[in-house]
Amino acid sequence: MIKIKNLHARVEEKEILKGINLEIKPGEVHAIMGPNGSGKSTLSNVIAGREDYKVTGGSIDFEGADLLDLDPEERAHKGIFLSFQYPIEIPGVTVSNFIKTAINETRKGRGEEPMDAREMLSKMREKSALLEMDKSYLSRSLNEGFSGGEKKRNEIFQMAMLEPKLAILDETDSGLDIDALRIVANGVNKLRNANNAVLVITHYQRLLDHIEPDFVHVLYNGKIVKSGDKNLAIELEAKGYDWIKEENV
Amino acid sequence: MSDEILDEVTASEYKYGFVTDIESDTVAPGLNEDVIRMISAKKNEPAWMLEWRLDAFKIWLDMKEPEWSNVTYKKPDFQAISYYSAPKQKKTLDSLDDVDPELLKTFEKLGISLNEQKRLSGVAMDIVVDSVSVATTFKKTLGEKGIIFCSMSEAIAEHPELVKKHIGTVVPKRDNFYAALNSAVFTDGSFCYIPKGVRCPMELSTYFRINESGTGQFERTLLVADEGSFVSYLEGCTAPSRDENQLHAAVVELVAMDGAEIKYSTVQNWYPGDAQGKGGVFNFVTKRGICERNAKISWTQVETGSAVTWKYPSCILKGDNSVGEFYSVAVTNNYQQADTGTKMIHLGKNTKSTIISKGISAGHSHNSYRGLVRIGARAENARNFSQCDSLLMGDQCGAHTFPYIEAQNPTAQIEHEATTSKIGEDQLFYCNQRGIQTEQAIALIVNGYCKDVLNQLPMEFAVEAQKLLEISLEGSVG
Ligand SMILES: Nc1ncnc2c1ncn2[C@@H]1O[C@H](COP(=O)(O)OP(=O)(O)OP(=O)(O)O)[C@@H](O)[C@H]1O
Ligand SMILES: [Mg+2]
Repeated sequence: MIKIKNLHARVEEKEILKGINLEIKPGEVHAIMGPNGSGKSTLSNVIAGREDYKVTGGSIDFEGADLLDLDPEERAHKGIFLSFQYPIEIPGVTVSNFIKTAINETRKGRGEEPMDAREMLSKMREKSALLEMDKSYLSRSLNEGFSGGEKKRNEIFQMAMLEPKLAILDETDSGLDIDALRIVANGVNKLRNANNAVLVITHYQRLLDHIEPDFVHVLYNGKIVKSGDKNLAIELEAKGYDWIKEENV
Repeated sequence: MSDEILDEVTASEYKYGFVTDIESDTVAPGLNEDVIRMISAKKNEPAWMLEWRLDAFKIWLDMKEPEWSNVTYKKPDFQAISYYSAPKQKKTLDSLDDVDPELLKTFEKLGISLNEQKRLSGVAMDIVVDSVSVATTFKKTLGEKGIIFCSMSEAIAEHPELVKKHIGTVVPKRDNFYAALNSAVFTDGSFCYIPKGVRCPMELSTYFRINESGTGQFERTLLVADEGSFVSYLEGCTAPSRDENQLHAAVVELVAMDGAEIKYSTVQNWYPGDAQGKGGVFNFVTKRGICERNAKISWTQVETGSAVTWKYPSCILKGDNSVGEFYSVAVTNNYQQADTGTKMIHLGKNTKSTIISKGISAGHSHNSYRGLVRIGARAENARNFSQCDSLLMGDQCGAHTFPYIEAQNPTAQIEHEATTSKIGEDQLFYCNQRGIQTEQAIALIVNGYCKDVLNQLPMEFAVEAQKLLEISLEGSVG
């Protein structure tokens, strides 16, 4: 689905990604862990196409297309979704209006007709029920005054509505209480199928208890320095990052 | 955000720029007593009206153009303006069939089909083309309730006692330079009277249109809501694309008697000048309302047009427990300049006012909020809440806030909040990531930002205003 080869990227004058290689196939779940500041969010922003991150080398292929050629919205239309580590607020724009616009603009981008209003409504009901969200969320301003956990749940609600091919969850677990973590993870699992994939960025094993990864990667200092199966995450939880840092001095 | 996008988005041309070909009866440019006598004579006005105008003219001659506002422009040459222009057709019209088809076509182009408006929204319209009303609808329904809704000229002829009693009581002739000028030369406008205890059954609406090259437009509107009555009044306008500056100096007076409520909504979209700032309408308006006991006046405005705007819809809260509200969205783009705001003058006890002002600046424009909250010595327990927000697009525009507070009573409670924000890259990227293009994202964010004001507008008007916001900001990212 996505093939990242020797990807280098910088912000302002600082090189942050220093040769990332990663391939994700349909149906797979990959987890990326790594110390603060190692470049995890940078990688997700680069995949999503954020302008202030300059790609200085390497390539990203998404289902045969050169992703680096596309605008962020075109990438979204192709099915890339980023659950933001820090979702932003848009005052005065309701969650329902925002998601309706997102869905219809995405459809337009794909040359499809807008979604029928009734279908839209029932889909919103279904997905908010899946994530056990109170109906009142839908008429609140996007993320305005939302608690940290509410914002994250709202990201996954949008993911559920947009049904992306590749979902990148950047620390979606942080800020969620124990019940919310289970609900959100459960929501993500329900959306999984053989044709889509998930890239989970997290610091903690507990999310991976719910969303079981096929592969776990450690990102350190702009590079993937270790990959393994789910047991790697368990090992990291027990041992921390020091041993990895030592291996990579 | 790159400059190309910025240019692309700001470059939406004035979509309503076209000129209607209607024969007009225009007076030669210039201003002196004779011109005023002629205007008055052409309109068959009674002697008292002429005297009133001449008195205003004398006052005006001694006044100076105001310089305090935060706008710069080439001062109009008052001798180069023609002060009277009426479409050739003279007789009053009872139905649309009698209206000049060219005119109807103009309204079609604007998407304002009278028939549709009449049928769908139950709106009665008094259309002002240049200076004379040419069509008035729904008169009968209104007549049955005793509501008077007609052109100012007609009101002077048919309801002189009402006009004489109220004209100039809220905005006196000597109030300011442009009010004095308007008092001397106003050609037409709307008049409305709602009798005691009557709830006006429909939104009253006037579409203004400046249509004669070089003709200044001096509208005069007087709206009187008698005790315990209610009326919602809509004012909207668009103007043809023009190369020279056109002066517009209107006066609007609202009288809300005991327990009456007036809702006055404006969507203003006059020609703002081209992308280089050439041409465009100068809009110097005096709007003010007076509230007696338990009365309420709400001003809601969405301002997207004009090259230079100078406008402060205000409320004098004279009666105890009266309420004044001001909800405003002012958009400036390219080289537009706007200096708008409100004055809330609290005189009565327990008076309350709310000010919500949302400024949006793009391009090289300047957008100023200027507000005065005055609490008089006898206004026990007066309360005001003001919220003035500015949204900037790009870094070549400016937003300025000038809140003035004068409290002469220690029991006053005044709250003022102000914010300045930019449409952030973060917000745009978030929208982009969800598949929303930058242009749509801006429309979405701006509409969200203006929501508190747009919500105050009647439904059909809110939709129109939203469209207008999108058009005037097409292409303005920064
Ligand atoms: N816009 C920016 N300007 C300057 N430096 C930046 C910018 N964005 C990221 N960085 C720097 O790049 C490095 C990687 O940041 P990134 O957000 O990708 O880390 P992370 O792995 O997601 O960390 P965390 O676990 O704390 O979320 C950090 O040193 C950070 O300070
Ligand atoms: Mg991060």
